Order: sequence, then structure tokens, then C-alpha cells
Amino acid sequence: MDLNYTDEQNAFREEVRDWLIETLPRDLTEKVRLGKRLTKQDSENWHAMLNARGWLAPNWPRQYGGAEWDAVQRQIFEDECCRAHAPRLVPFGLSMLAPVLMAFGSEEQRQRFLPRILSGEDWWCQGYSEPGAGSDLAALKTRAVRDGDHYVVNGQKTWTTLGQHANWIFCLVRTDPDVKKQEGISFLLIDMKTPGITVRPIVLVDGGAEVNEVFFDNVRVPAENLVGEENKGWTYAKYLLTHERTNIAGVGFSNAALETVKEVASKVQSGGKPLAENPHFAARIAQVEIDLMAMATTNLRVVSAAAKGQAPGAESSMLKVKGTIIRQELTSLLRRAVGPDALPFQEDYLDGGDNAEMMGPEHAAASSPSYFNNRKLSIFGGSNEVQRTIITKAIMGL
Amino acid sequence: MDFNLTDERRMLQDSLGRFLADTYDHETRRKTIASGAPYDRKTYEGLVELGVLGALFSEDTGGFGGAGFDIAVVFEELGRAGVIEPVLPAVLVGSLVAQDADLVEAVISGGAIATLTHAEPLARYDLNHVASRVSGGVLTGAKHHVLNGAQATHLIVSARESGEDWDKDGIALFLVDPAAAGVTITDHVNNDGTSGATVVLENVVPSARLEGGYDALEMANARATLAICAEALGAMEAAKALTLDYLKERKQFGVPIGKFQALQHRMADVLIEIEQARSAVINLAGHLDADPVTRERHVSATKNLIGRVGALVVEETVQMHGGIGMTDEYALSHFARRITMIDHWFGDVDHHLARFIALSAA
Repeated sequence: MDLNYTDEQNAFREEVRDWLIETLPRDLTEKVRLGKRLTKQDSENWHAMLNARGWLAPNWPRQYGGAEWDAVQRQIFEDECCRAHAPRLVPFGLSMLAPVLMAFGSEEQRQRFLPRILSGEDWWCQGYSEPGAGSDLAALKTRAVRDGDHYVVNGQKTWTTLGQHANWIFCLVRTDPDVKKQEGISFLLIDMKTPGITVRPIVLVDGGAEVNEVFFDNVRVPAENLVGEENKGWTYAKYLLTHERTNIAGVGFSNAALETVKEVASKVQSGGKPLAENPHFAARIAQVEIDLMAMATTNLRVVSAAAKGQAPGAESSMLKVKGTIIRQELTSLLRRAVGPDALPFQEDYLDGGDNAEMMGPEHAAASSPSYFNNRKLSIFGGSNEVQRTIITKAIMGL
Repeated sequence: MDFNLTDERRMLQDSLGRFLADTYDHETRRKTIASGAPYDRKTYEGLVELGVLGALFSEDTGGFGGAGFDIAVVFEELGRAGVIEPVLPAVLVGSLVAQDADLVEAVISGGAIATLTHAEPLARYDLNHVASRVSGGVLTGAKHHVLNGAQATHLIVSARESGEDWDKDGIALFLVDPAAAGVTITDHVNNDGTSGATVVLENVVPSARLEGGYDALEMANARATLAICAEALGAMEAAKALTLDYLKERKQFGVPIGKFQALQHRMADVLIEIEQARSAVINLAGHLDADPVTRERHVSATKNLIGRVGALVVEETVQMHGGIGMTDEYALSHFARRITMIDHWFGDVDHHLARFIALSAA
């Protein structure tokens, strides 16, 4: 047992920290820190900075231009990025599709798509959920019928995150409706500019539109865009989901959010004193901090086992449930810390630059939208109820 | 960073686990408690022979362990088996008597049981409250909830040399012979079968004055808190294992009750929270030798979390069992009592939440 990082790991942390301070523009980190909305250009800029440094794809092997870091290094990098208020990378191409292509794609597909993910030429989105296929993802109905050297796709995807910016979508489609539902699914790569595709934004409870519906009307997709074998898509989808769950605990996000809550609570007044000195509020902050201290160690236990080659199984589900409970509690605390100034919907400020005026203390504008937006944490990537079922089945054999 | 035990600690864990699995079954333990005996002499001797007591002391004091993870490994196994034998007193006094090589040797070899005689009726969980006084070389005061006080061969007694009852300064520690004139010890049994005592001191002449005051008490308390938290973790693991088996065996409505999602999800939460408890124990074990503020922040964080998770585990595992979980005959009720009573040692959930806030603000 040794809770300390090695000298090499500490040196790596320093290197990352220094680079972030040097590289990240202040206006960008301020946007992230204050919970303002990021533009497509903001994301692309951050993507390009990381690519120039060779740190864009921490989990990729070097042969494809990745950094090939182990799980502990990736955790350190995540922590430092959160601490520096770096924007969140869009994960769909980098950490979801790419591992699937490396494991199951053709050499031609790898040569064609991986470099364009790194360069930022392609922005990928994920075509998984459908109106009738949420937690029961395998019930998906979007149909792909082979017609010569094309597939003809008809159907609808939903909750497509940042689909409005994407030029490619990877989709799970039904290629055989007459077998067990998991056995008739294929994994298809679709150019968003193909005729017959319509993207419609979904405005969410936070007033933003980060997700979309994507409609497919007789969309012709070249058969060469099939990944792996026809009707084996479920296997690839499950593989992808294990990659979606890396950094699932969100320790870095929670640490940053905790600091924000403490900062606001120390500045706003309640009964003539800082809110942080209100025993009830202080107790709520302390309890979530104590939970986070333990969860950070739970996460490091899993990460350190992963760095030694042990694949995390249902532990990911445990981290997802606990990690999202903590993150959601922190968004709730921030909203309550802000107090009555959490009331106004300050969209101009959220979309605005440095000089936009805001009502209330720092973080007021983003507090309610962030609280609303982060309801998603316990719903997406396998709802927390699905995770609990995975835990009971996998770990406990019930 | 490494979350694996060293080979030595793994061997200790294995041999202790095997010894307890072979000799310390629920029925034997239940008979000991029912007989009114404070503990089973033979089991205690077995633990001594295994070197369990030695593992709690550092090499320079005559043992072969004494670090946070030694304490954690030993007490997780003791908790898993529900051991009531007086091992915890050795951790409580371990850092206070380190200077007394003869006494340490006697504790390690099972010849002596030394326990801390500190808490007072008005103190609740505050370590700094000491109203007992030493004046003219003699001790006078009343101490309660002295762990294994009636079985102890040596009492480590706190008393005030100067200052007011709540002052941190002015507290001194003394070695007292329980048979000395003026010492009255009244024994009682706790809800979980462990033994406590009330100790009244009237003009008692101590055998020796020990080094250290409040700071030494805080360190001793930190070590004992780690031990009892690790013990709670072991007891929670045992409660979890019993419940898992029961969910698979017990049938209602024609199926094992573990098939019901209402119970599966409760069990998943129990499992998640026990992993949190394990991490909290690791955090405290890893910071036992840190600077006092960092150490004490971890003491309060860990004890608070263990208390909250402990209550959840007790309430949920009993609920999932139904009535059988409440019977004395079934082991779960014994773990439930021990885990619950652990919250009442060295500061409970509320005490440590308030203390964590105070330490974080400092």
C-alpha cells in the first residue's frame, strides 16, 4: 500500500500543469470556469492545441498518433485539465469510435478516418439512442437494407450530442429484423452530408440545445462504411461502451465544482455572515467533500489496477453511480449557494464574451442551467438503474 | 501508487483469517457472550500466538508492524469474524506506552492488557475534556466507557495537572495499577457484547507518569479510530456476504428474492458504499503519519463516512433479510450491533462532520 504518486508521475503532472498554464488562453478558461456556453470554434481550438502537442489521444497507441499513456497518467491529465478549467474534449471520435476502428475496423477505414479525427477535419457524433431504444438499446429500429454496394437507411436517432456540428455519425442500425434483437445489429459510418439526413435540435431544460434528433430518409451509405461484420454491431457497441466509461467517476470535475461551491459560499452572505459559516450549508459541503475524498481513492484503486492490466468490469458501474451522485449534489449546492440570483435566465451572458454583464455573484448565471443540464449524468451512458443491475448481475451473480 | 498489500501483510491477513474461520464460528462466540464472560481466553491466546498483538507495534518498540496498514489489515479480519477479544486496547494505548519496553513486551506476549482510561461523563466525544485532577501526586476523578477496564492489568489514566476542564494544555497521563488503593472498577457489558467499565479514582497513587499530553491522546485516538473503522469495514463485508447468500437462498413467490429488482438495487448501493468505506479506511491508514492537521482531517472524514455507511449497511441488510435478520441466533444481528456501536466510539457521525468542518476552516 502506497498512496503516493511516483517521482515520474509527479514530474508528468508538473509538465502537464505548466503546459496548460502556458497554452490555454485566459478567455477560454474563464468561459469554462464560469459555466458559459462554448462555441464550435472553442472546441476546435482546444482540439488543435492538444493535437499540436501530441496529447490529443491519450489512450491511442503511438502508431496511430496517440500518446499511449497508462491509466494513471490519463487520470493525472484529466485532473490537471479540470483544475486548469480546460474545455471538455468532444469524445465521440477520439475515445469512442477510434478504439472500435482499431479493434474491428478495416485497415482502409483506419487509414481513412483516424488521421482525420486527430486533425479535426471530421467531427463525429453518436447514433445510438432512438425514441423507442433508451436503456433497452438493442431494441433499436433504424433499418439498413443492403442494395447492391450500398445500404439504404431509414429511421430516427435521438439525444445526438453536438450532432449540429458533426459531419459524420456512427450508427447502430438493424440489418436483420428476424433474429434475436442483439444479433441483427450492424455498425455503420454515415456521412452527415448524404441526402436524406435531417438534424433537428432538441431544446433542453437548461435552455440550450446540445442534443438533436437525426432523421434518416432513404439514406444511401456505401457498403465499405460497414465496420467489421454485418450483424456483429452489438459486440462493437458493447466494446465502445466500456471506453465511454473511462474517467466515468469525474473526480476532476467534482474537485473543480467543489472549489467553486466553496468559493461562492465564502463570498455570499447569509444572516450577515458568509454562507460557508451557516452550519447546515457547511454540513452539506463537508459531507459531499468526505464522499469525494473516498471516491477519489476508489477511482485510483480502479485506475491503478487498470494501469497494471486488469480490465475494470462492474467497478466502472460503481464509479458511475457514486461519481454522478456526487457531481449532481455539487450542482445542487452551487444553485443553492447562489440563492435568489439563481432565478434569472441570463442567456446573453452565457453566450457572451468577457464583457457581458451578469446579475448576481460570480457563477450565478450558470448555476441553474448547470444544475438542470447535469440531470443527464445519471441518465446517459447507461442510467444509474441500469448500472445497479449490472453491479448485481456481474459482481454478485444475482 | 500501489493498492496491494505487502507480502508480509498479506500473510498476516491470510493466517489471521484462517485462524478465525477455523476457530471463531458464530455459535462459539455466541456461547461466550451468553456465558457472561468478557472474552474467550483461548481465542485471545491464539491471537497472541499468531502475532496479532505484535503487528500493532513498531519494530523500535518491540513489535513488527505498527503502521496504519498493519492496523487496518488486522482489524478488518477481526471485524469480519466479530472478535470481542481485547485487541483494540493495545492500539488505544500503543503509542502512549511505547516508552515502557517491559509493558509493551507484556502486551505483545499476552501477559498484560493495558487500556486507556480517559473519557469522562461530561466529555461526550470531546477529547480535551478532563476534569479528573492530579494534586499532590494523587489522582482523583471519574472515568467511564473504559474499554475492557475490568479485564485490564494496567490503566493509562488521563488527569489534569493545570488549567480548566476543557483546556487542551495541562492534561497528563499516568500508569495506574487497577489493584491500587482508591481504584473502584465497575464492569458492564455493551450492546455488542464487548466489555466496558466505569473507573472511579479517589486519591490514587499512580505507578508512573508517562510522557505526553493532549497531542499524544489525539494520536492514540487517531490510531484507535483507524482500527475501529477497519473493524467496521470487516463487519460490513461479513454482513454483505451473509445477505448475498440469503438473497440467493431465500425463496418467496416461487423465486429467490434476489431476483427482485427492488432488492438488487438496494444491494448494489450497499456494495458501492462498502467500497467507499474501504477507500476511507485506506485514506486514514495512509495519512496516519501525516502532519497532525492532515491526519485529523482524515480521522474525521473517515469516521464520519464509516458511521454513515455503517448505518446504511446495517439497516439495509437487516431489511433485506426480513425478520430472520433481527434474531440473536443469526450472525447478522451481531454484526448489526457491532457496526452500530462503533459509531459511538471516538466520535460519531455528527461529531466528526462538525469537526471536519472546523478543521477544514482552520
